[in-house]
Amino acid sequence: MTSRKFEIMVGFFVALGIAALIFLALNVASAGVTGSGQTYNLYAKFDNIGGLKVRSAVKVGGVVIGRVEEITLDPVDYAPIAKLAIDSRYNNFPDTSSLSILTSGLLGEQYLGLEPGFIDETVEILGEGGFIEDTKSALVLEELIGQFLFSQGNHD
Amino acid sequence: MDWLQNLGKGTLSSFAAIGRATYLLFGALFGGKPNFKKAFPLLIKQIHVVGVQSLVLILVSGLFIGMVLALQGYTVLIDYGAEDSLGPMVSLALLRELGPVVTALLFAGRAGSALTAEIGLMKATEQLTSLEMMAVDPLRRIVAPRFWAGVISMPLLAIMFSSVGILGGHIVGVEWLGVDQGSFWSIMQASVDFTDDILNGVIKSIVFAFVVTWIALFRGYDAVPTSEGISQATTQTVVQASLAVLGLDFVLTALMFGN
Amino acid sequence: MSESELRLTSQLENSEQPSDWLKSPHVELKNVTFSRGDRLIYDNMSMIFPKGKVTAIMGPSGIGKTTLLRLIGGQLYPDSGEILVNGHNIPSLSRSELYKVRETMSMLFQSGALFTEMTVFDNVAFPIREHTKLPEDIIRTMVLMKLEAVGLRGAHSLMPNELSGGMARRAALARSIALDPELIMYDEPFVGQDPISMGVLVRLIRDLNQSLNLSSIVVSHDVTEVMSIADYIYIVADKRVIGHGTKEQLLASESPLVQQFLRGESDGPVPFHYNAQPIKQDLMQD
Repeated sequence: MTSRKFEIMVGFFVALGIAALIFLALNVASAGVTGSGQTYNLYAKFDNIGGLKVRSAVKVGGVVIGRVEEITLDPVDYAPIAKLAIDSRYNNFPDTSSLSILTSGLLGEQYLGLEPGFIDETVEILGEGGFIEDTKSALVLEELIGQFLFSQGNHD
Repeated sequence: MDWLQNLGKGTLSSFAAIGRATYLLFGALFGGKPNFKKAFPLLIKQIHVVGVQSLVLILVSGLFIGMVLALQGYTVLIDYGAEDSLGPMVSLALLRELGPVVTALLFAGRAGSALTAEIGLMKATEQLTSLEMMAVDPLRRIVAPRFWAGVISMPLLAIMFSSVGILGGHIVGVEWLGVDQGSFWSIMQASVDFTDDILNGVIKSIVFAFVVTWIALFRGYDAVPTSEGISQATTQTVVQASLAVLGLDFVLTALMFGN
Repeated sequence: MSESELRLTSQLENSEQPSDWLKSPHVELKNVTFSRGDRLIYDNMSMIFPKGKVTAIMGPSGIGKTTLLRLIGGQLYPDSGEILVNGHNIPSLSRSELYKVRETMSMLFQSGALFTEMTVFDNVAFPIREHTKLPEDIIRTMVLMKLEAVGLRGAHSLMPNELSGGMARRAALARSIALDPELIMYDEPFVGQDPISMGVLVRLIRDLNQSLNLSSIVVSHDVTEVMSIADYIYIVADKRVIGHGTKEQLLASESPLVQQFLRGESDGPVPFHYNAQPIKQDLMQD
């Protein structure tokens, strides 16, 4: 029956298309946190965010646990505030945790490294809308070089 | 005065053609109530003709394009010691641009021209008129299944094109030129986002599918029913569909990745 | 039935009152004017196609005889005038009403217009499958009976491109009678046929008309064949009907145009196409 043959071929075709899409989703796109899963928001204030962008990764020990969702400027002191979307599976960070802007490799992208803090009775766990106080700003290469040259000059 | 008249005439006839094309589309999509039991086998058959039979072309082209991208990218990136970025370069180029665009261009040449010629010939041999006289609406019976087959097939083909292209890039980059396999895939995964890159590529592809199939069907349906008219219509399909794809690609890219 | 017998039967029928036929029209054109672009094709033309009879429309090539059939089928719309099929005014019908009326009529195209991607069987089954919900075994019986009627039962599994021109037209005829229409329109059925298939087609048109009791409209300029099957004949030229009546009435007509047209047949060596007058008129039309 020819129609049966057509149906099988078309079924194969569609299956191949879906397989390709799954391949793209799992192997090509980051399999970890995307915008799709359940997330909760944390906020952090920096002095200088350097090259941090929306969608930059938030990592703990190199594992991606979330992304930067929004970057705004505090209207009072003009310091940048990053809004982070963290995967709800990782919901046990104490408010003593610290956040630093790091660079992957010498010229690579910038990302946020989250260093979980200690836990005792007085420490609260960060939840939706939590604020990370302890932040380290981005290293700005030009400032570093400037400081280096300045200190060299002082030796003379 | 002549050029003014020609300008007016050209404008009027273009608007008339757009009107007829819109009529065709609406007639095919909304004319009469759909009968899924009858329409489904027709759709299957057309997906076979438009999609399955374009599969080999798409897969082979995708593989080669992915390989060429990796080769060219490597020679540039190696100068900056950034050959680890080959993975994201190949995959983003394919997912965002080349996959949807090249698939649409190949589709216009392979399936679009065939659709135009088929419908044009049906018109020339009075098959369309004869359907109408049998109280069967040719828009629903002939045009609609082909339209949906095109809209369904092309995004699937584009996804396959990108996937095969990335594999081709892997073959050249990793297996041949010796880029580290781990960094090829992991940096690719870090920089490709499912919604922003893959899904946007698919959306582009759906838009292209819509436009290419529409142009192909309209050119066939509107063809002058002679051998010369059909050959002209086929050429027009390929030219207009390709231009439309490239123009729309710019617009869509500006909308999606422009900010 | 041989051709001479056919002629005899048609003469016998003609001995009924032809004027009565015109009182029960199946299709009627009332003051139809139609033009294509700037070119006037029909000027205020009226015609009556009686029920259950074979009516022929004859005329020189290029006067838009096929256009007339398309007007009746509702594929073209006249500039003015009424086209009544079973009392329905075609130009004023809505789309769905038009499709309803079309289910009662069918048309045999010059090329046959068989669907090239289906077998002969599926071609004939096509209108049945589209318009009915009959089970496949009944469809099979119906299709084979229709094919038997045109003598192509043995060819049911062939593809249209494997058929000769005459066979293709017969297969198309089987398709057009698949749903037992009340009206069949034949567009130049005899063009490009060898004498044998011409004879077969003449016989089929006559037989079908009698056995299915349908009305037939034959558009042709083959005078011999038309004279042998038509009950009533219209001769169209110069945007209007220049003569109509039964075969006898036309033969007795005094109009030089009609005579010229009909003599095309009896004179033999001089076909009417090349007569000076119609050509001159055609030229003056343009």
